[in-house]
Amino acid sequence: MTVIDKTWIEIGRLDDIPVRGARVVKTPAGCLAVFRADDDSVYALEDRCPHRGGPLSNGIVHHKSVTCPLHNWVISLETGEAQGADAGRVETYRLRVEDRRIFVDATMLAHRREA
Amino acid sequence: MTEKLVIIGNGMAPGRMLEHLFECAPGRYEITIFNAEPRVNYDRIMLSPVLSGEKDYGQIIIHGDGWYIKNGITLYKGHKVTGIDRAAKTVTSDQGVTASYDKLVIATGSVPLILPVPGNNLAGVLSYRDLDDVNAMLLAAQSRAQAVVIGGGLLGLEAAAGLQSRDMDVIVVHLMPTLMERQLDPAAGYMLQRELEHRGIKVLTKAATKSIRGTQRVEGVELDDGRILPATLVVMAAGIRPSAGLAKQAGLATNRGILVDDAMRTSDPDIFALGECAEVGGRVYGLVAPLYEMARVAAARLADDPAPRFVHNDTPTKLKVTGIDLFSLGDFADGEDRQEIVLRDAAAGVYKRLVLQDNRIIGTVLYGETADGAWFNDLKKRQVDISDMRETLIFGQAYQGGSPLDPMAAVAALPDDAEICGCNGVCKGKIAGTIKEKGLTTLDQVRAHTKASASCGSCTGLVEQVMKLTLGDAYNPAAVEPMCGCTTLGHDEARRLIKAKRLKTVYAVMQELEWKTSCGCAKCRPALNYYLVCDWPGEYADDYQSRFINERAHANIQKDGTYSVVPRMWGGVTSAKELRAIADVVDAFAIPTVKVTGGQRIDMLGIKKEDLPAVWAELGKAGFVSGHAYAKGLRTVKTCVGSDWCRFGTQDSTGLGIRIEKFMWGSWTPAKVKMAVSGCPRNCAEATCKDVGIVCVDSGYEIHFGGAAGLDIKGTEVLGLVKTEDEVLQVVAALVQMYREQARYLERIYKWTRRIGVDEIRRQVLDDPSRRKAYFDRFVFSQKFAQVDPWSERVSGKDKHEFRPMATLGMEAAQ
Repeated sequence: MTVIDKTWIEIGRLDDIPVRGARVVKTPAGCLAVFRADDDSVYALEDRCPHRGGPLSNGIVHHKSVTCPLHNWVISLETGEAQGADAGRVETYRLRVEDRRIFVDATMLAHRREA
Repeated sequence: MTEKLVIIGNGMAPGRMLEHLFECAPGRYEITIFNAEPRVNYDRIMLSPVLSGEKDYGQIIIHGDGWYIKNGITLYKGHKVTGIDRAAKTVTSDQGVTASYDKLVIATGSVPLILPVPGNNLAGVLSYRDLDDVNAMLLAAQSRAQAVVIGGGLLGLEAAAGLQSRDMDVIVVHLMPTLMERQLDPAAGYMLQRELEHRGIKVLTKAATKSIRGTQRVEGVELDDGRILPATLVVMAAGIRPSAGLAKQAGLATNRGILVDDAMRTSDPDIFALGECAEVGGRVYGLVAPLYEMARVAAARLADDPAPRFVHNDTPTKLKVTGIDLFSLGDFADGEDRQEIVLRDAAAGVYKRLVLQDNRIIGTVLYGETADGAWFNDLKKRQVDISDMRETLIFGQAYQGGSPLDPMAAVAALPDDAEICGCNGVCKGKIAGTIKEKGLTTLDQVRAHTKASASCGSCTGLVEQVMKLTLGDAYNPAAVEPMCGCTTLGHDEARRLIKAKRLKTVYAVMQELEWKTSCGCAKCRPALNYYLVCDWPGEYADDYQSRFINERAHANIQKDGTYSVVPRMWGGVTSAKELRAIADVVDAFAIPTVKVTGGQRIDMLGIKKEDLPAVWAELGKAGFVSGHAYAKGLRTVKTCVGSDWCRFGTQDSTGLGIRIEKFMWGSWTPAKVKMAVSGCPRNCAEATCKDVGIVCVDSGYEIHFGGAAGLDIKGTEVLGLVKTEDEVLQVVAALVQMYREQARYLERIYKWTRRIGVDEIRRQVLDDPSRRKAYFDRFVFSQKFAQVDPWSERVSGKDKHEFRPMATLGMEAAQ
């Protein structure tokens, strides 16, 4: 069972991310955008809009969505799906918050590298 | 030969009289006005919105200085007339000016009743009559302390609501058992009291003031029952009385007011009186509609038209407090021969009462729902026998004749002589007729030509419906497009409410204005953030997360997520030292592309976000600051070389461009603002397609605005010609400030101009010096907080998190 624990990697603290904001986490598998919503819930998405690859971490965060800074696609933080009339999806990553510390599920990062 | 007309007083009644007079007897009189107040004619009905912050003084001026000049009127501001010599036919002011008259008009208005209690002359005891009173209240409100308003009538309650919206604790002390007892019956008065208390205003009824306490300044109010209310401001709004002293002293017949006949003539045939100081048929008046009627009669008499006579009419009363709808008309006392119909829905906050005599309406009180006020007023005026619709009468016009009518049909059903605008006495037929005759298409035009909806504005909806009926599909009235899916409010409405309710954070706006989403969206948040930045300079803390990325990172995001950086080059002028510094930065950071922009600056493209602070640090050492090439704000001021070098140059266009840029940089605007200054009409700086452009000519500077050379192509409009650089700066800053305050977010100047009209903009920022000054002053004040170089702030460590990753995971993490 300890194996599972080891897959959670600490990436920062809740307070490192502004409310309704995002930070970037660089990984060998590409950049993650880590969001903090207005209710303090956190989400991690691949930092590439499905439309033209815009950095979602630079978008405006509203409730559980982010608007891409390049062409205003709206992406759900919960599902990674494009909202409204647009179709597309970005990878989402499991996060865990403990004592205001944020952990990412590293097994998913590994999968993405293989893919 | 022209006759001499002297007017004592410069309020709304004589102002309206002159408008009529210029129409029916232009050029007949040489006119002199003495005004005890040191200003022009403004709309006193609108003092309450000024107090609550929904309007400012500039917006309530009826006749600006230009109007007096255009009509050749001599206006003595701040001159109180101290004597009338009827034998010599002269008047003399306290400043020693004497003017002789053939005809004299006394319009001295009224004075507030000051309760004869000890302490009524302490500092901090005010009345509520003019702009000076409002300014004094606003000053007192800054201390956020306790105000006591004595008097629970129309004026007192408007003052109380205004002060409360300025964050003061407010207590209303009222002598009678219920509020506004002269206009409301006890039930409606009670509902009003509950609504005010719900808003946090304390109301004490049956409370008599015994004394005002304090030594130097007011400290409290003592009531008859011994209670002491602490107060730093006391507003006496217990009533008014006609100001008839001057007339009495001159030997004219007076009673409560100056006695006049139904031609507005006093006991001296060469002297007229009108307005609140006049008493006609045993009545004195305080509401604007009868005062305007007096103005019409007096003007006719001065033009030797003997027909018009002043006739008494009941005038509806409305309370001008945002969110409280109240309408009262006529006589609503109980009586043997009277019957009443009452509809009461306490939960919905609706109360309607009609008082009938012989099956005719003689009085109406509406609270909460006042849309049918005009219809009841019309039934009352025309003495309609209501027996046939008695059962449904109280539900309003929409319910007469079976199925409910839509609001349009209700207006369509009104007869032509039904009054639409109570303040100005404008009926439906007059509005429809004028629209057809003059080809009017906008509400502003209808206001200008008919005066309907031009005073208190509460009939605006009705006026728009009449326009719709008259113009059909050609008129698309309040098709207000909501800001975004998060709200039903349009930009203008949201902005008005931000000011009126003094909302000072994005989240307070969403809370108070009932946003449908928890924290807005990428459309409304930046817009609200801009409105708050613009409306509360120095008070509002910019909401960083509501800014588009370019304004957070202070650079322009590119298609690959890198950024471009454009330093300011004042007026497009640079030097070897600056160019060398740019070259060094380009080398040091391996910047892939360097390009000259259309705005005469240098753009460095392809910079990694993480490198931005270091790039700025290097540029900063050479003296560069942000060029705001990414901002909804002042971008460039493009120039040509002007009289410094050019053989055609008429003025120093380069120097003026630099001066404008140094004065205006850093200001946030609804959309980007690009400017240019050309040194001669050959226009090498292409000033005539900019948001604001200056074209220098021999005689001065031609100011242009509202051009576009992007999605749309449009030549500028000419605002006007000024003589000096200082005037250019004044007018341009005023123009930009007006745009900042009125345009919708992302609306460029040319689109805003199309909406507001070139003439209106010119009137406000060029023709009217006091308004221009007010805009200019507000711009200068806001610049105190805006002119901070965002690059050097970030070099010093501000918003570090924006530019650094939160973590960098190594290979082992992904194993």
